[in-house]
Amino acid sequence: MSLSNTKQLMLGNKAVARGLYEAGVCFISSYPGTPSTEVTEEAAKYEEIYCEWAPNEKVAMESAFGASLAGRRAFCAQKHVGLNVAADPLYTMSYTGVNAGLVIVVADDAGMHSSQNEQDSRHHAIAAKVPMIEPSDSAEALEFTKLAYELSEKFDTPVLLKMCTRVAHSQSIVETGERTVPDKPYEKNIAKYVMMPGNAKKRHPIVEQRTKDLIAYAENCPLNRVEMGDTKIGIITCSTSYQYVKEVFGDSVSVLKLGMTNPLPENLIKDFAAKVDKLYVVEELDPIIENHVKSLGLEVTGKDLLPICDEFSQTLIAKSFDKEVASSFTLEENIPNRPPVMCAGCPHRGLFYTLKKNNCTVLGDIGCYTLGAVPPLGAIEMTLCMGASIGALHGFNKVRGAESEHKTVAVIGDSTFMHSGMTGLANVAYNQSNSTIVIVDNSITGMTGHQQNPTTGYNIKGDPAGKIDLEALCKAMGFERVRVVDPYNLDECDKVIKEELAVDAPSVIISRRPCALLKYVKHNKPLKVNTDKCVGCKSCMRIGCPAISMKDGKASIDTTLCVGCNVCSQLCPVGALEAPEREA
Amino acid sequence: METKNIMIVGVGGQGSLLASKLLGHLLLNQGYDVKVSEVHGMSQRGGSVVTYVRYGDKVYSPVIDKGEADFIVSFEALEAARWLPFLKKDGQIVTNTQQIDPMPVITGAAEYPADLVSKLKATGAKVDALDCLSLAEEAGSAKAVNIVLLGRLSHYFDLPEDAWMKSLEANVPAKFLEMNKKAFELGKNHA
Repeated sequence: MSLSNTKQLMLGNKAVARGLYEAGVCFISSYPGTPSTEVTEEAAKYEEIYCEWAPNEKVAMESAFGASLAGRRAFCAQKHVGLNVAADPLYTMSYTGVNAGLVIVVADDAGMHSSQNEQDSRHHAIAAKVPMIEPSDSAEALEFTKLAYELSEKFDTPVLLKMCTRVAHSQSIVETGERTVPDKPYEKNIAKYVMMPGNAKKRHPIVEQRTKDLIAYAENCPLNRVEMGDTKIGIITCSTSYQYVKEVFGDSVSVLKLGMTNPLPENLIKDFAAKVDKLYVVEELDPIIENHVKSLGLEVTGKDLLPICDEFSQTLIAKSFDKEVASSFTLEENIPNRPPVMCAGCPHRGLFYTLKKNNCTVLGDIGCYTLGAVPPLGAIEMTLCMGASIGALHGFNKVRGAESEHKTVAVIGDSTFMHSGMTGLANVAYNQSNSTIVIVDNSITGMTGHQQNPTTGYNIKGDPAGKIDLEALCKAMGFERVRVVDPYNLDECDKVIKEELAVDAPSVIISRRPCALLKYVKHNKPLKVNTDKCVGCKSCMRIGCPAISMKDGKASIDTTLCVGCNVCSQLCPVGALEAPEREA
Repeated sequence: METKNIMIVGVGGQGSLLASKLLGHLLLNQGYDVKVSEVHGMSQRGGSVVTYVRYGDKVYSPVIDKGEADFIVSFEALEAARWLPFLKKDGQIVTNTQQIDPMPVITGAAEYPADLVSKLKATGAKVDALDCLSLAEEAGSAKAVNIVLLGRLSHYFDLPEDAWMKSLEANVPAKFLEMNKKAFELGKNHA
């Protein structure tokens, strides 16, 4: 692939991938997570880079560490909560340092467009004592990625590159360059790479000295820049907040833009503060820069003015600084919400309908199937983090015993099960709770946009790969009861769920049917409503399919959406939902 | 030049990403600074989705806020109504008249408002509404709703048709090019 020296519009995540290519990165291992996924997907399009999806972020980061240790520039990417999973290797990689450069993308999701919390990853950089750099558009995403590798090797540290939804998923103009591949030999160094107490004790002061060196670097580095304007107002900002500040104020105020948010400079901030009448910090989420500025004994306004919760925008900044905002039109009308829903033909729908029908308490997990909590299904009663459904079910059943064992289930997807459900299942097998776990196997990682995983049999490039057999795995862990059902078949689903909840033994139900959006899945013709038969009872509406609505008192099927899954027709008491003649 | 703002709104899965890609390509070729902001992840699953396209001499923010949109290009009538407060006072709405029921309407928890297009016009907003689905089908594919809308949008731009065609050629597969060109023309010339 050659795209050198051309100006082009590029997604922030794709620009990071381009930076990885140009920096000579040879190894990438990641677990998908919005808004980080496209970095790895785009990098996989470069033949020169080995790319893979790992089962989870911890494995991905450890693999990237191994590649760095072996002397090749390496990379892994994850969303903010993914870094929690990978925190264990990160905090000690801070001590070992690297051999070839190692850069880690963490993508925050202020505004929670597709996440379960709004944590600020800068806390991880501070706690792990590693540098963090934050681009504010695609051009910086590309440049900062390359610079991050130089920093990683110069300061002997992994480097966190923090993206956020608005930088990751916005396109802006970049200029591309050439690829160069550095190569470092692997050299045995037990004192540096074996972190047992005696060695780690000697590495800790090296980490502390490194932070001091990085602060000195931050005072005068290309990542941090001062843009002096009128000196009445001075704003310290970073990431996408910088763009909002510039949108509102242009060049009319003075700005200190921090591209490196850990560690933070001291003199640069003090000098900037001295030049302006009133100092502000504009940063999304937690007051991290603000608290640092206060620790330097400076007077500053930050979270007194701007919220901690949710993402920013130019209007929010303008309003906060008492500037005029645009007026618009108002429509006096109740506009119904349009929340995300399970797609027409989604295999999860039949399963959740059956669980609800059986009055089950469902502990859920992270994926498309989290939408099982949304009306009219409203079946899921808990979702916490990747893999938590199984651990939570075990604890729930241990304290509630028989009263919950026969009605409570965990529901977890195939990819999430590989990510961190297996260890929960091991606990059920080992500590013997009478738990029923449903693995919803749709043969893909769905929510993040169809990534392969260890159960699908294909790798990131779509080539054949190892395939883990879920039934054999569960049996090997000691589960004698492993059942497989087709969630399009409601009677079968109902029967198996009833049986497995009734029995006094732990069991696994695999609800297996590929995602309806997968290209290889052949769809049936859309169903037709026989309006002579339809009595308008709305039984078919109970599954919450977006293809079904009521028109003039009768069911109506949107033929552009319906994939002929036939789940709705199994609910119709009068057989009014008819499949067209099938060709033999 | 002051930054101009185009919002593309619709229902997840309707093909708004191609529309924004094509606009980005077009405006970049005109020498503008351009930013395009997309939605990925959960809301794509049949939820309300919005894409921002901004262009001018120098574009900072990737997002468009209330009262800022010069154009709202809507794939669905309810979505045009939802995003109306984002329209600039002299802005223009170009909307498909198609109605796609959201889940609260399907479950009966809410009603789809009647006569949305006339209600939108009654606010004083400039509204250009057309049945893009029929026009797309006339061109040869129900999936060409996005190109019909872009054709209609081009009506409001002082750009040579050639520039639009170049972007169309660069962003749709060759075998669908003629169909898409037809969809574009049907949208552009719709009375």
